[in-house]
Amino acid sequence: MAEKKRKKDLNFFEKIYIVEIIKGMILTLKNMLRPKVTLEYPEVKFEPPASYRGRPVLVQEKNGVERCVACGLCSRVCPALAIEVQAAETELEKERYPQKFEINMLRCIFCGFCEEVCPEEAIVMSKDYELVFTNRDDAIFGKDKLLVPVDNLKDRLEFLRNFK
Amino acid sequence: MNIWEILIITLIKILVIVTIMFLTVAYLVYFERKVSAWAQNRLGPNRVGYKGLLQPFADVFKLLVKEDIVPDAANKPLHTLAPFIALFVAFATYAVIPFGSSIKILGYDIKLVVADVNIGILYVLALTSLGVYGITFAGWSSGSKYSLLGGVRSSAQMISYEVSMGFSIAGVLLLAESLRPIDIVNAQYGWMWNVVLQPIGFITFVVSAFAETNRLPFDLPEAEPELVGGYHTEYSSFKFAGFFLAEYANMIIASCMIVTLYLGGWQIPYIDKLGLSETLTVILQIGAFIFKTIFVLFVFLWVRWSIPRFRYDQLMNIGWKVMFPLSLLNIVWVAILIMIFNL
Repeated sequence: MAEKKRKKDLNFFEKIYIVEIIKGMILTLKNMLRPKVTLEYPEVKFEPPASYRGRPVLVQEKNGVERCVACGLCSRVCPALAIEVQAAETELEKERYPQKFEINMLRCIFCGFCEEVCPEEAIVMSKDYELVFTNRDDAIFGKDKLLVPVDNLKDRLEFLRNFK
Repeated sequence: MNIWEILIITLIKILVIVTIMFLTVAYLVYFERKVSAWAQNRLGPNRVGYKGLLQPFADVFKLLVKEDIVPDAANKPLHTLAPFIALFVAFATYAVIPFGSSIKILGYDIKLVVADVNIGILYVLALTSLGVYGITFAGWSSGSKYSLLGGVRSSAQMISYEVSMGFSIAGVLLLAESLRPIDIVNAQYGWMWNVVLQPIGFITFVVSAFAETNRLPFDLPEAEPELVGGYHTEYSSFKFAGFFLAEYANMIIASCMIVTLYLGGWQIPYIDKLGLSETLTVILQIGAFIFKTIFVLFVFLWVRWSIPRFRYDQLMNIGWKVMFPLSLLNIVWVAILIMIFNL
């Protein structure tokens, strides 16, 4: 930062302000002519970068089964107590699966701890930021809303592999 | 011309001017929002109508349908009167501002000014000082300390800056040897614009005009962080719209005055050498007047987004210790011009 100028340090042209005012006005004029960065939201949507923490989702493998093994770590680590997992047994190789997996989106604080703690990369933060509900019951997302095909989450999984 | 013809022509002129004034005020609000948006790298209103062009009408309609609240502590007659004074003053001033020389329509030689008064400049000064009453009444009658402070500040500011404004105008009057706006414009024929002849007077007048219209950097009467909304804190609905429109109408008046007094009014240098027909010349001159006014209005908005607000003591310092001596100096300068160069 430039050193602070006292009034006695100013030269004549700085003292009569006119030149300085014109300098300031040229600066604002330059800004007026700069390209605008506004996105007109409903028509143009913001595409977040991979590091964006939108609503947490469960990864659905290509064969239609979720990756989650219902270990319950996410539920355990969640500081807002938003996640509820109920495990059950399955014939598949992973042996356990979440019979019920609910995230209360009114409690979720988008901290991403669940994603960090997950040993299977089964729960990740998506880019979805449009969360609207009209009543409290709608805000509890079950498996039907949480499961997202793995192809849609490639960006985030890639990001996690590089930086987690 | 008999009296009826004069009356009808004048009424038509008034109708045209008032319509144009209301439209310009409405679109000045739109323009202000656009310019402020551009200065902050935003887009500005663009939803209502094409490019947001119907936005001012939506705003006025919104204000009209709102509830009109009068505080219990208010002095009700004055509270109601204040916005009307402000509006009346703002719109009545426009009567003497010429926006062209004269035009021939249907055999009538029509002067392009509503009232060609030979003391037009005095009329403007008188009316703009009346404008203080609107604001002071509003501040006092609301029965709220914020409004009162805003009103007091505003009247102090206007009275202080009226002095330097009057003295800057004196320089113009000395050169034009007339108080009639049309004569003043005619005196600035060619490149003899007053801004070229007396730049000091131009600067003092512009600064005083900013202070008179309560625009930033002199918007202390409505300084939001200190005074909530200033003198119109306790106003709502259409009374608020009245003050709002009056403020913008005052801006237009100030721009027109700056153009008429210093930027040569409707004059375009060397236009008579081009050999254009008389009607075309007049239309071009009207266009020049409108263009100059819009440019000055843009400067008003531009300054608002460039310069921070003054402190109150700085405001008074500049008014009395800088602007006032400078405007006196300007009179001396004009006197020298007249004495030595016989202008």
